Formats: sequence, C-alpha cells, structure tokens
Amino acid sequence: MTTGIEFEGVWKKFSRGEKFDSLRDLIPSMTNWLFSADQRTKLQKKEFWAVQDVSFKVGRGDSLGIIGPNGSGKSTTLKLLSGILQPDKGSLRVRGRLGALIELGAGFHPDLTGRENIYLNGTILGMNKAEIKSKFDEIVEFSELKEFLDTPVKRYSSGMYARLGFSVAAHVDPDVLIVDEVLSVGDYHFQQRCFEKMKEFVRKGTSLVFVSHNMTAISTLCKNALLLQKGETIYYGGVSQAVQAYHSFYDDKTASDHIELLDVRLKGSDGVARDVFQPGERATFEVTLKALHPLRDAHPGLMIHTLEGQCVFVTATSRLLKKRLNLEQGETAEVEFCLDLNLQGSVFALGFTVTPELEHKDQWLYYNPNLRKFVMTDEHKSQGFVFLNPSAELSVNTV
Amino acid sequence: MSSAVLVESIKGSMQAEGRSVSRDFWQCRDLLMMLTWRDITIRYKQSIMGFLWAVLMPVLVVGSGLIVMVAFSVMSGKAINKSDVLAIAVKSVPWAFVVSAIRFATNSLTANKELVTKIYFPREILPIASVLASLFDFAIATGVLTIILCVTRVGISVYCLWVPVLLFLIIVLTTALSLLLACANLFFRDVKYLVEVFLTYGIFMVPVFYSASRMGKYGILLLLNPVGPLLDSLSTIIVGHRAPSLPWVGYSAAWAFGGLVISWLIFRKAERLFAESI
Repeated sequence: MTTGIEFEGVWKKFSRGEKFDSLRDLIPSMTNWLFSADQRTKLQKKEFWAVQDVSFKVGRGDSLGIIGPNGSGKSTTLKLLSGILQPDKGSLRVRGRLGALIELGAGFHPDLTGRENIYLNGTILGMNKAEIKSKFDEIVEFSELKEFLDTPVKRYSSGMYARLGFSVAAHVDPDVLIVDEVLSVGDYHFQQRCFEKMKEFVRKGTSLVFVSHNMTAISTLCKNALLLQKGETIYYGGVSQAVQAYHSFYDDKTASDHIELLDVRLKGSDGVARDVFQPGERATFEVTLKALHPLRDAHPGLMIHTLEGQCVFVTATSRLLKKRLNLEQGETAEVEFCLDLNLQGSVFALGFTVTPELEHKDQWLYYNPNLRKFVMTDEHKSQGFVFLNPSAELSVNTV
Repeated sequence: MSSAVLVESIKGSMQAEGRSVSRDFWQCRDLLMMLTWRDITIRYKQSIMGFLWAVLMPVLVVGSGLIVMVAFSVMSGKAINKSDVLAIAVKSVPWAFVVSAIRFATNSLTANKELVTKIYFPREILPIASVLASLFDFAIATGVLTIILCVTRVGISVYCLWVPVLLFLIIVLTTALSLLLACANLFFRDVKYLVEVFLTYGIFMVPVFYSASRMGKYGILLLLNPVGPLLDSLSTIIVGHRAPSLPWVGYSAAWAFGGLVISWLIFRKAERLFAESI
C-alpha cells in the first residue's frame, strides 16, 4: 500500500461568533434546520468558508509546506487532515499511520509526571503500551529531561513542555506526519534537532505536511508548498515560487492613503542604478514621495529582509537625523539612505516605511517590506548572508 | 463560485470517507485503559484520603438512608431490623456508582477540550473511560461491602449467581446514559446542571432507601425507572435470598441494551461536530 495524502476539492465552513450554547437558542436553529435544504453546502447567516476548494497530494517521502497569513485556513486544513474536523464538501484520504502535531503536549495532564505523561500522550498519539516501553529511553534521551521525569508537568517551563511533547510525537513513526507551527517554543538547539528529525522522517518515506510562518524552515524542509489566503489556494507548486508569492502578496498592501511613491532608485557606489551588488559595497537608496494628506513630523525608514522573511536590518531617519518630514498635501520630498551592503550570496528584500511622529505600533503611514529585491553576489570567501569582510593569517609557533 | 457548482459537488461530500483515519474502537483499548488510569490517578493525586473517598460516598448514602428509615419506623411504629439496613447498603453502593459515573462522564468531553480539538481518536473513549474510572471506585466499595456482608452473616444462596448479571446491566445502562449526556453537554452546557439536579434528588426516585413493595400500588412507579428494578433485585437476592422478578429485570435489560445502541448511534452521528461546537 502506498502511503500518503489526497485532498480533493475540500470545503469547510465555520460560523462567526457564538453558535447556540443553551437550549433556549436551540429551537430557532432547529426550525431553521428543518425548513432549509442544503444545510451543509450553503452558507447560513454568520457563516463563512474557512477552506474553499483546496486540493493537494502528498506522496511517500514528499513534503508539503502550507503557508499564508493568519486566518488563511492552514490549521483548519491540518485539522481536516487529522480527522478532528469533517469537511462539508470534497474528499480527503490519508493512507497509513498518521501522526499529528497540532499542538505539542495537547493531552498532557498537568498533575501527572513527565514519565506518566509520556505513556499517556504516546497512547493518545496512537502507540500501544509495549511500543512506548521499547522506545521510552529514546524518548527521554531526545527530550533531555531525564532529571525532571518524575516532576509533574505543571511545574515544567513551556519550553520543557514542548520538548517532551515533540519527543513523544517524534517517536510515533508515522507514515504521514502533520506538523503545525509548534516549534516556535524551545531553544535554538532543540529546534534544530526537531528539524533534523523531520528531515529524517521524510528521507525514510514519511509524507510530511508542515505549517509554519518561518519561510527558512519551509524552504529547507519542503519540496512543494501551498499558499492559502482566506481559505483559497493562491499558489500550489514548488516551494521557492510559493515563498516568493507569499512575499509578493504583502506587496499588495502597500496602497497608502497618506503617501504615494513617485520614484524609487537603488544605486551602487558608482552612482549607477542597479540591483546586483558586491558584498560590502556602499549603496544609495533614494525615494521620491508625494504627500496625499498633510504630513506632520513623519520619519521614513528602511528595512532589509531575507526572502524567508527574516529581518536583517532596520533603520529610520529618526535614528539618524534630528530633522522630521513636514509636508502639505500634494508636496513632494526626497529621501536618501546610504548604507554599506555587508551582505552576500542571496536575494534580499528592501522595504520602505513612513511612520508618524509618535511611534504607534502598526500605525504606518506607508509600509512595504518588499519594495524591491536586490541580489548580493557571492565572493566565495565565506558563507552565510552577512559579509564580515574576513581576513586570516597562519603562522607556526617555533618552540 | 456559483451555486450550480455547489450543488453538483454535494455528492462528492456524501461519498467522502467519514473518518479519514478510522481507528477501530477495539484498536483503541490501550488508549481507553490509559485514560481510565489517568482519571483514577488524577482523582487521588494530592488528596490525603486517597482511596478512602471511594468508600466515603456510599457510606454517606447509607447514613442518610438510615435517617430516612428511622423516620419511617417512628411513623409506622415498626422496629428497624438488620436486613433492612443491609438492603440499603446493598443498594447504595451501586447507586453511588451510577451517580459518580454519570456526573463524571457528563463533563468528560468538555473537560478534555484540548484533546477533542487537537487530537483525533474515537471520542466515545472519553465518557467510557469516566465510567470505568468510577467502576474502579465501585470495585473498592463492593469489596468493603462484601466484607461487611460476610461479617454480618447475611448468608448465601444460589440466586447470588444473578448478581454479576445485574451489575453488568447497571454498567451497561450507566454507559448508555453517559454517552448520551456527555454528547448533549458538549452542545448545551445546560445539561450538566440538569444532570446535577437529577442526581441529587434521584435517590428519592429509585428504591434505595425503601423497597418498591413498601409503596404499595405506587411501587410500580419506582420501578419504571430502569435502574429501580436492578437495585431492588439486588437486595431481593442478597438480603432476601429470593429470585429476582424476571419481567422487571428483562425490562431493565431492554432499556440498557436498547439505550446503549441508540446513544452510541447518536454519539457517532454527532461526533463530527464535536471539535467545532465544543
């Protein structure tokens, strides 16, 4: 039997706000239910589609990343896959033993000790007692919680909780593994080990479905990716295109009521506009902007992200100058940033922001983290995305 | 998406596999045992009295039964005899089990919200584990009661072979109710308050403190409640050394098995909505 997942044209609706919680509300909803046809496939008042006509396939040893903004239906898709939720329409098939990590340590009981919880959680995740017994030492070793094994988990830190949760789940040996954004807790070292474990699973033939906001993790782990927005498939295919599409759809949010960008220029040290640079090169970034409303004490800012969404560098004129930008409606201004591009070997996204005087969080006059992409060449002197201008010397000590 | 397309795809959904990972109930017996063990362990963790609690509840029921009985005897002028007291004890222990199992099971789904919304397994395991955990207490109390019955030399008869059958019927009946109530409480939280009220006053609606025969022609009303004939039969057999009334045991058995089938079907049907309705 080949293991894997088939997800065909699946629809799932949810209702906004409360359903009915007491008997009093039951009667109207029951009458509604009796007298209206197409209950399952038509939207009632307050209902919306959380997942709309989503299809994908994951074969043996394949890996699929699911990405998208909050509320796009990623977790719902996983819950449908794991059987917690039932689709309203469409069909899905999971072949083989399923391991689902929707939340680490769900099913742990706070009053039970780590040891007891390993057995409890293991059984809940589908192992039998003998199986857990034989893997017990491995689980404990992976979690690195040996000395806390007889402590009730209510005294664990959230990191320890997650570690124990992942350790149990990682030993289920599933044919199909579903992982929700669960690795954000736990230290860097443990996260790396979780990734290694997941990679190992895929190598061994497990079908992996992985939800994350961490594009580096998605790009490393997954061959294909599904990009969702408001329950709809925006892109389904190779992971690099999906990640790019994910970033580009933040571009669409750049329309601002306050500011219009008339011109954007990125120049190298020679003053020529281009988008490929040498590591360490001094570049100039110029923006011509027009005020659509009067601007008071605004300050423009600049940011650089990796394509995976990791922030590399952020600055703003408020940190560099005393001057603020005051414009009347229709007036234009020039903004210029000069910086040493100590980056290498990758594509980066250059972003531009304008913030009002008081730094209200999320109150941008203009916000676009992905205004331009630029490429940093590789000098082959070093690896990593930061260029620290290395040099070295070797000398032998004479005794 | 136009509505024509919507209607067209209804067929697909009906044919869609109801359960993508259909793990059979039997395959989950390890999980059932584990959750039962968890429920028992947790109940006695950080408690000083520990397993004494299992005995305390029936003792309290017997105690209040005695008070009712004294009141009866004062009114009727009849003296209290040993077998009346033992009959109350014999009926109180299973009644305490029914009460605790139903109370516990009614909340079993809502109390395990994390599990219901995050991990898939057959949900009926949760209420059934609650019943089994209460059964553990019942076993302890039964052990204590057996010792008391031996010490008081109540005697034994061939009819005692009926006891396991009757206990089994009580367990089946309790499980049926538990499944139904757990499911109902998930959708409507009113249920747990109703259950609480019924369990508190239920003792007056079943023949625990008195036998159905004492009520004369109204005794039949007490027996209509399917738990009634089972409790009444238990005391008839153990204390009275007589055979139980077969029609009434049959009546209860019909309720127990019929109820189990129906409530299991309802539970299965409603299960698909659990995660989003809890």
